Amino acid sequence: MHMADALISPAVGGTMLAVTAGVTAYSAKKVQNDMDESKIPLMGVMGAFVFTAQMINFSIPGTGSSGHLGGGMLLAILLGPYAGFLTMASILLIQALFFGDGGLLAYGCNVFNLGFYTCFVAYPFIYKKFVRKGINPRNIFAGSMVSSVVGLQLGAFSVVVETLLSGKTELPFGQFLLFMLPIHLAIGVIEGLATAAIVTFIWKARPEILERAVVGETLRGVPIKKVMVGLAVVTVIVGGLLSWFASANPDGLEWSIERVAGTAELESASGIHRIFSEIQNRVAFLPDYGFKTVEDDTAGQPVEEDESSWPSVDAGTSVSGIVGGAITLVLAVILGWIINVSRKRKSKATKAVA
Amino acid sequence: MSNITNSLYDIGLLDDLARKKTFIHRIHPVMKLLTTIVYIVVLTSFEKHEVSAVLPFVFYPVFIISFAEIPVVPVLKRVLLVQPLIIGIGILNPLFDTYIVMLGNIAISRGWLTFLSILIKSSLVVMVSILLVATTGMDRVAVALRMLKIPKVFVLQLLLMYRYIWLLIEEGFRMAQAYSLRAPGQKGIKMNDLGSFLGQMLLRAFDRAQRVYQAMNLRGFTGEYNAGDVLKVRFRDVLYFVAWSLFFVIARIYNIAALIGALFTGVGR
Repeated sequence: MHMADALISPAVGGTMLAVTAGVTAYSAKKVQNDMDESKIPLMGVMGAFVFTAQMINFSIPGTGSSGHLGGGMLLAILLGPYAGFLTMASILLIQALFFGDGGLLAYGCNVFNLGFYTCFVAYPFIYKKFVRKGINPRNIFAGSMVSSVVGLQLGAFSVVVETLLSGKTELPFGQFLLFMLPIHLAIGVIEGLATAAIVTFIWKARPEILERAVVGETLRGVPIKKVMVGLAVVTVIVGGLLSWFASANPDGLEWSIERVAGTAELESASGIHRIFSEIQNRVAFLPDYGFKTVEDDTAGQPVEEDESSWPSVDAGTSVSGIVGGAITLVLAVILGWIINVSRKRKSKATKAVA
Repeated sequence: MSNITNSLYDIGLLDDLARKKTFIHRIHPVMKLLTTIVYIVVLTSFEKHEVSAVLPFVFYPVFIISFAEIPVVPVLKRVLLVQPLIIGIGILNPLFDTYIVMLGNIAISRGWLTFLSILIKSSLVVMVSILLVATTGMDRVAVALRMLKIPKVFVLQLLLMYRYIWLLIEEGFRMAQAYSLRAPGQKGIKMNDLGSFLGQMLLRAFDRAQRVYQAMNLRGFTGEYNAGDVLKVRFRDVLYFVAWSLFFVIARIYNIAALIGALFTGVGR
């Protein structure tokens, strides 16, 4: 369920990063205020545990396939929502940095989808309701199952919304939703089974761990309502600003450069293009290739339908795009190779001197 | 199971690489982190069909790989391993977007262009994240996070977690190996055994956390993480950040690849 950077727009990613930063700051404050610092190593070790548990496959009864634990609900149950959220956030950061699972821009989305719904929705409103009447295997099972399923469904729904808001894929909303929700229903059931199995075992072996977690998260200090309102405001402001920035102007960055430079003329495209055409007259090694005629033949021809959202693709620039792209790649590789060779030569020279 | 040893190897490799002492490694972690973020934001801000304009962004990872003496193959392997996820979603683009565009004389479905664009962008983004850790190391990333005012509790337990992943993965691996030796021909762990298997592992983790905390207390832990030397931001660190950011922004505004192409084909301008 990790979202990747390439499928997300800076507006959506930035908004979700801001929201996640808010929840993280709040959770950190709660952990610092409410708990002794002995929770910190516990959180670290628990994070490492979930990290490891995610790699251990178990067979799913009745099917030939295997699954693994996600761990969001488990962390909330064992550490409480605040510490659980922070631990989930670190797991995702290490996955993003070391394994490229989910990216840095999508980090906010991923923490929110996998951490927020489990720790701040499914845990307090579902799991705790089930175990309020007493911790026993039946309540643990029902609570884990329902909260895991709901948590994952919310997360999957949010993935669909974030992806579509980003506009990088062509998937229609309904179809994407119909694809994601059933899959995550199955994943949620498995997650529920695994979570229930582990929590039940812990409850039988060391009940005090569960009791401590439940006691350790009383709502003191910062009121949650204030935080929620703050989050909503941040979301609206950041999201609004970023999306306006991205959409009101055909090119947000270009526009910002204009603003910074104070004038559009300074960055005017014709300037660099004029210089280029002058250089080009001297350098072009494929001047008589005749792309121009190709361009004239095909460019004006509407092939199927006309969509204004699609920038006019004219053959001439496409071809120079392809040629230029190839040259760019070759240049990059050559650059790397030259640096490598010169470095090796240098180290050889120093070795020889030594 | 090879999964487990592989990831240990991956983390270990990045840790080793981060200990090198090239000038890239010496650049201030905050500046490297910010450069990476600017790179990702600018790269992902491209239109979804853009292909050639994205290619100049290859220069940044190439620059780091070359100067920081990072081996190319393991990094590329890591990048390829993540691709199936992206391909899974991206491959649907050609199915849903069949509008035909012309590239010279070649007719191509627009969906393939967006798919290609996503593929290139995701590879580059994954690569620069991995390169960030490979040239900085987790400790220094943590220093950068602290300097960017990320809460202390978060950074502290992030570092502890990073340390304990090693121990727990080894422990998990031993347990899983012992289990599989007693259950030949079985795929994974039986659902009935899962509770006690992971539960045992969890209890061990709890006890370990307890011992760790006591040991930390005995050594005077006050809730503060000391990262050692305080790193100062030097002029060249800022220069590195500014220069690259400038390049990214220019490459975002002007299609450098197309300009180079125009230079050689004599078309378009």
